Amino acid sequence: MTDTTGSPDTTGSTAAGAPTRHPMTGNRLTADSAAEGHGFEEHEYDVVVIGAGGAGLRAAIAAHDAGARTAIVCKSLLGKAHTVMAEGGIAAAMGNAYPEDNWKVHFRDTMRGGKMLNHWRMAELHAQEAPERVLELEEWGALFDRTSDGLISQRDFGGHRYARLAHVGDRTGLEMIRTLQQRAVALGIDVFMECTITEIFKTPSDEGERVSGAFGYWRETGRFIVFKTPSVVLATGGIGKSYRVTSNSWEYTGDGHALALRTGASLINMEFVQFHPTGMVWPPSVRGILVTESVRGDGGVLRNSEGKRFMFDYIPEYFKGETADNEEEADRWYEDKTSNRRPPELLPRDEVARAINSEIKADRGSPHGGVFLDIASRRDAEFIQRRLPSMYHQFKELADVDITAEPMEIGPTCHYVMGGVEVDPDTGASSVEGLYAAGEVAGGMHGSNRLGGNSLSDLLVFGNRAGIDAAQTALKSGNQSLQVRDEEVRAAAERALAPFSIAGAENPYTIQYNLQDLMQNLVGIIRKSDELSTSLREIEALKERASRLSVEGNRQYNPGWHLALDLSNMLLVSECIATAALERQESRGGHTRDDFPGPDPHWGGRNLVLTLGDDGRVQLRHQPLPAMPEELQDLFEAQP
Amino acid sequence: MGYDLKLRVWRGDASGGGLNEYAVQVEEGEVVLDAIHRLQATQAGDLAVRWNCKAGKCGSCSAEINGRPRLLCMTRLADFAEGDVITVTPMRSFPVIRDLVTDVSYNYEKAREVPSFAPTPRDPDGKRRMMQVDVERGQEFRKCIECFLCQNTCHVVRDHDHNKPAFAGPRFFLRYAELDMHPLDTNDRRKLSQDAAGLGMCNITKCCTEVCPEGIKITDNAIIPMKERVADRKYDPVVWLGSKIFKRGDRASREEV
Ligand SMILES: Cc1cc2nc3c(=O)[nH]c(=O)nc-3n(C[C@H](O)[C@H](O)[C@H](O)COP(=O)(O)OP(=O)(O)OC[C@H]3O[C@@H](n4cnc5c(N)ncnc54)[C@H](O)[C@@H]3O)c2cc1C
Ligand code: SF4
Ligand code: SF4
Ligand code: FES
Repeated sequence: MTDTTGSPDTTGSTAAGAPTRHPMTGNRLTADSAAEGHGFEEHEYDVVVIGAGGAGLRAAIAAHDAGARTAIVCKSLLGKAHTVMAEGGIAAAMGNAYPEDNWKVHFRDTMRGGKMLNHWRMAELHAQEAPERVLELEEWGALFDRTSDGLISQRDFGGHRYARLAHVGDRTGLEMIRTLQQRAVALGIDVFMECTITEIFKTPSDEGERVSGAFGYWRETGRFIVFKTPSVVLATGGIGKSYRVTSNSWEYTGDGHALALRTGASLINMEFVQFHPTGMVWPPSVRGILVTESVRGDGGVLRNSEGKRFMFDYIPEYFKGETADNEEEADRWYEDKTSNRRPPELLPRDEVARAINSEIKADRGSPHGGVFLDIASRRDAEFIQRRLPSMYHQFKELADVDITAEPMEIGPTCHYVMGGVEVDPDTGASSVEGLYAAGEVAGGMHGSNRLGGNSLSDLLVFGNRAGIDAAQTALKSGNQSLQVRDEEVRAAAERALAPFSIAGAENPYTIQYNLQDLMQNLVGIIRKSDELSTSLREIEALKERASRLSVEGNRQYNPGWHLALDLSNMLLVSECIATAALERQESRGGHTRDDFPGPDPHWGGRNLVLTLGDDGRVQLRHQPLPAMPEELQDLFEAQP
Repeated sequence: MGYDLKLRVWRGDASGGGLNEYAVQVEEGEVVLDAIHRLQATQAGDLAVRWNCKAGKCGSCSAEINGRPRLLCMTRLADFAEGDVITVTPMRSFPVIRDLVTDVSYNYEKAREVPSFAPTPRDPDGKRRMMQVDVERGQEFRKCIECFLCQNTCHVVRDHDHNKPAFAGPRFFLRYAELDMHPLDTNDRRKLSQDAAGLGMCNITKCCTEVCPEGIKITDNAIIPMKERVADRKYDPVVWLGSKIFKRGDRASREEV
């Protein structure tokens, strides 16, 4: 261990001379205020956005355009956030493929997909504003696939009545992140990349308390950094790294969820975790990597070991009216959506994932414990390669499977968390003044289940809204002097350094591994009361072990240390998921209880809200759903 | 099926370092990144490596495997014999931060120097129209995952740090070309790409194309056409004259930046 593990360092606080620039990011390192006091590099902004995925970048652009001095902070390099992996497309009722499509149809699909647990106002704003947000991307240089008359092409996805997803082959997320990244760079917004936020500071205000800053470390050097700011936008994404089989990356440790809880905000809908029906299952090292829903949108079907299109056996009552019950009608639908009903392969994801799970349990699975996804026998090779180039590449390179010639083996994989920070629908504001959330880290928009394509649009719509309000709040608060107390900062630094001074010999990688197994087995797709209770006890035991973590090496780019810090977030968020899952005694969307197999109207009217008590324990309360205005309710009377 | 892989990994930082040898248990179907991760989880907790998607989509895990620039997550162990020693070193053209992680800020600086997209106004219905054939070339370039392997490979800067200030590199020639071929862009970046971005220093050896994990034909489809366009601009007096008289929508109406 080197001396860099000692207490507060002074780097970044050069006493005199021209402002130095950070070697990695080119950002200015302020010299003045940091010379005395806590001794760390310090920056002041109107708005600090944590996260550089779609939501964070869009929020930062909006905040910048609203006149705020804005910074983006992210754990990875710019352009590598999760959003880059999104494949299928952005849902927006632009009506380019079907003029019949409009925001009302999109709204209705979204609410029904979420089994009516969505916050109606978020679903409404989302459906109304998504088209303009997509056109804006084009304005900033995005090159979407085109229709024959030159408009943005739209593709089919599960749960959407019309072909609605704006897309670029099957790499839509890459197009979106690159476009937003290039825009943010063009606007000159400061980016702090490979910098992780570990705490948010508050200060007393007229209404109680408000946000005053944030604390983090540079991954490269392990040095600390302090932000003074009246507005923080959380855009940190999801939690999927807490599961063994997942499409999510190392970044998805629920940092934003945990930061919000610790800052005093609430989480909702945490019991709803989306298992995407189609992840790779073989070879083991790629288990969980996503196979885009576009494969089914473009004609792919699911078969069991007997070669049967089994989804016809799993059409729930709720979707009977809009789902084809025979192969002929299902196949005609691809050509003519107005007079045919949708194939059952394109039911919402929760339905398809459960069906696959049942087929595997009934021993009708594929050799490696999945089922078959077949597009090879249904579309020609040229079509497949053009529409699904990165799927073709992914299977060829990683599994030695040619998807134009043979079926893929797939199975459910943890993909997305519907739950998140409880926010005001119009502004993305949490209950803590100055704290905002947008994107996957925010809750409410998707109810109990998210439709494919509705995340990328969510990022744009609510990223924009949160950015604007965060800027306005900051500019209103004006020169109200923000306090970040030195003791607080030093305490934050001590907490971050703790794993270096503990000689407990627990390995962070092992604890993470154990947590992933536990969540996969006890809080997975199908849940039971006794298993959920066990999971809570086991999480408690892991927490205790995590207090004795130790890490090797020094502070310079040390993944073991980073994981040790992320683990406390993963454990807290996992506890929230298990707590809410145990409480909700029904099955709905992404939450399936073996002991309560059906939906229950009593539960259909309530949200579960989680907060952190002063004792550090997760607290849960019930909250009635917000009432939907009548004119929107009417949309559900009309036939599909 | 599993076996013990002999792995040599460069460990160290800016002040120096060297190859460390490890034996790592690996399984069928794994990629080099899996081996690195297992090494990290069991023997070297502080081993620094970048990764995100593990599926060749984010361009984080670039390094050199047996001296060849590649993505760690897309290099399968099956491509090597069981007895082979696999040597993993950081990208050579960028300063090392620690172990396999390098300082790629050069690329982010070059990105800042590209004048951004400046489209024509929307159609009256608020939408924009472009034909699929007209966007396809640009789409090929936008497949770039910014792994920077091409930047790492190009001999103009590999082992020639002194050329970096004047040379944007193949990834950004791609970007200049993409904007130049965008049906709705209004800027003319040809002079800039030749002068400030150093397009002229490229002698079309195609090494960049060879390492691109996205299979983008950087040299044939972006650099060479861009060089031709630059030549047009320089020597064709009609084009120069045209630029003063033609209307929006023609290349000639583009504004030089
Ligand atoms: C393989 C895959 C395919 C998908 N396909 C689609 C699709 O086709 N359509 C669709 O709509 N959705 C899709 N999704 C879902 C969608 O991509 C994600 O939900 C969405 O990208 C999340 O965006 P975000 O902006 O909320 O977060 P992200 O893009 O994940 O960004 C999170 C950011 O927060 C940063 N961060 C996190 N914690 C910290 C911290 N403590 N300090 C500093 N920074 C931090 C990270 O570094 C990162 O920059 C897909 C998801 C996956 C995994
Ligand atoms: S073709 Fe040009 S840019 Fe590519 S490697 Fe050769 S010199 Fe470099
Ligand atoms: S052009 Fe290819 S090699 Fe170069 S950065 Fe992009 S993806 Fe990587
Ligand atoms: S981890 Fe994303 S490209 Fe390798």
